[in-house]
Amino acid sequence: MAVSELGDRTDNAASAGGSAPHGEERPVILEARDIRRSYRMGDTVVHALDGVSFQVRQGDYWAIMGQSGSGKSTLLNLLGCLDRPTEGAYLLGGDDVAQLDDDDLAEIRGQRLGFIFQSFNLILQLTVLENIEVPLFYQGIPAREARERAQRYAELVGLGGRTHHRPLELSGGQQQRVAIARALVNEPLVILADEATGNLDSATGREILGLLDQLHLQGRTIIMVTHDPNIANRAEWVLRLKDGKIDRIEPGGKHPEGVRTPERH
Amino acid sequence: MFTTFLRTVALGVRSLLLHKLRSFLTMLGILFGVASVVAMLAIGEGASEEAQAKFLELGSTNVIARSRKPSADSDSSAGMAARNARGVIYGLTFKDLDVIRGTISGVERVVGVRSVLKPTAHGSRNVEARLSGTTEDFLDVARVEIDRGRFLTTSDNLRRANVTVIGEEVRRQLFPFEDPIAKHIAIGGESFEVVGTMRSRGGASEKNFEGSDEDKVCFIPLATMETRFGFIDMQRSAGSRSTEQVELHEVRVRALSLDAVPDVAQAVRDVLKRLHEKDDVEVIVPLELLRTVEEQKRIWKAVLAAIAGISLLVGGIGVMNVMLATVTERTREIGVRRALGAKKRHVISQFLVETLGLSTAGGAIGVFLGIAIPFVVEHYADMKTVVRWDAVGLAFGISALVGVVFGLYPAMRAASMDPVEALRHE
Ligand SMILES: Nc1ncnc2c1ncn2[C@@H]1O[C@H](COP(=O)(O)OP(=O)(O)OP(=O)(O)O)[C@@H](O)[C@H]1O
Ligand SMILES: [Mg+2]
Repeated sequence: MAVSELGDRTDNAASAGGSAPHGEERPVILEARDIRRSYRMGDTVVHALDGVSFQVRQGDYWAIMGQSGSGKSTLLNLLGCLDRPTEGAYLLGGDDVAQLDDDDLAEIRGQRLGFIFQSFNLILQLTVLENIEVPLFYQGIPAREARERAQRYAELVGLGGRTHHRPLELSGGQQQRVAIARALVNEPLVILADEATGNLDSATGREILGLLDQLHLQGRTIIMVTHDPNIANRAEWVLRLKDGKIDRIEPGGKHPEGVRTPERH
Repeated sequence: MFTTFLRTVALGVRSLLLHKLRSFLTMLGILFGVASVVAMLAIGEGASEEAQAKFLELGSTNVIARSRKPSADSDSSAGMAARNARGVIYGLTFKDLDVIRGTISGVERVVGVRSVLKPTAHGSRNVEARLSGTTEDFLDVARVEIDRGRFLTTSDNLRRANVTVIGEEVRRQLFPFEDPIAKHIAIGGESFEVVGTMRSRGGASEKNFEGSDEDKVCFIPLATMETRFGFIDMQRSAGSRSTEQVELHEVRVRALSLDAVPDVAQAVRDVLKRLHEKDDVEVIVPLELLRTVEEQKRIWKAVLAAIAGISLLVGGIGVMNVMLATVTERTREIGVRRALGAKKRHVISQFLVETLGLSTAGGAIGVFLGIAIPFVVEHYADMKTVVRWDAVGLAFGISALVGVVFGLYPAMRAASMDPVEALRHE
């Protein structure tokens, strides 16, 4: 698979891949400090997140699990700077983003984050290549460079021959690959996935998960919301949410030997 | 920055082309609004220019008094009294001419004209031409030009000479192949020497104010006319014969300046009112008519502006309506773009560019139609039209403005969506 060509990443994340034994050496790139998010519904207040704290280090692979309504998506949206916490601090790459304004958040999303959605969320009137280019457009990357990069990432996810197709001409798995290429094209700090395989059959889902595994091996940081314990098994850490609070953080199937369990605050 | 803009435009155009029929239908309102305004302005402008040219032809510093046959029932006792053995007597007199000349200030020239139709012949060729008796200063009060030879002189009138200056149409019909100068022609049975020819006054407006052919005219000295033909004019109509006596058909008064025209006009009216019990003269003031045309033009423009405003408003609302639907339809796309790093202004410009694309495309096609329609009208309806480019620019500019005004709200709405909500939207 084309993913094996991913090894060209030159930043230090590559050397600190998921299998690296000394997790302590990897820097913390994302930290939630007692973040809360509540929604006002009429005169009742729903606490979707009720004091969540944890740290993610570069190259980590996290799964967020929990019952429906436990706050997984809410948390992921906060981590993805799509939403702001009602209270608490959220540090991304060292900056507290909880207080930033809308434009700054957009810039951070465009530069440091990659999103993979359950329903792919490709723009249907654009071709595969153009879909992958979208984040670069908002970064002001020149068209030619953007095209080259998009082409490279399309090849990376195994769609080099489909770049001029429209999303609806592709299978679900292929569409999700496009979405993954799009999430990677701006070389983000973290990849955030909300039930990335939720809309796929199990075989295709496994394929996508395999792709994510490869990306993780290449040193990318992944946070993924899922219902499926098997999927959680592929992660290094599993964060279990219950009623907006962290129930527990436990090592996942890929948990590297000898790495300490992240402390809870 | 500029290439970003170009790419936004390209994106917008593509998005509009994705729904060709919808985009086309949406721009129809603005299209017809702009087209009708440009076309109606061109037609209105043409009509008023034609009218203005007509009045300017009469001379903007002139005040023109004309004899007018009083209607039989206007003042029956006076009408009966004026009817003597020789027929109806009416109109301007030499006395009027003298009084106007002697009492009205601010006047540069006062010229009398007597005009009757007379058979005119040279050899075997003949034409029924208008014979105008006047004086040498007629040249100063009318837009006539000598082509060859000379116009009438003071001495022609003093000598009551049988000389004539002929119009282009008379020359063409009587002297198709030869030089008319110094030839003799027969007018109403008298022999006249041709001393000059007039330049054609034709062109687009061949017909003058009353509809007679401006070039089908022979000028002779007023004094000669009086001596040779008298004042009585015989008219045959529907088998009955009637005669009428008119001393002068027209008195042209030229004011010293444009500013003096209103006073001169009033004075001429006063004098004539005093001297004429019957309603047998009329006073034409080209400047007043020009002002009327200008006033009509202003009203026409105001009406057009109202129509334009309404149709562009309706068109704009149509565009806004479609854009609001588009924004709702594309809520998910907006959410995705926001998640991928689009700022609010990116979303605003994306939708604004689409609305602008719709309205300016509608405006452009509208301008094209609006220019084409006057062409067709001019060709088939024989009307003069004038496409004013400032009007075209204005109409197009307004269509673009409509795009901004009516596009801003849908675009702001798109941009103000919460990214999380937008992504959840089905
Ligand atoms: N926009 C909102 N307005 C009001 N309440 C909300 C809103 N979004 C989320 N909530 C509430 O917050 C809580 C957590 O929602 P969230 O979507 O994070 O759950 P989830 O863990 O992602 O569930 P699922 O597994 O079903 O996707 C729920 O009780 C939900 O009703
Ligand atoms: Mg969810």
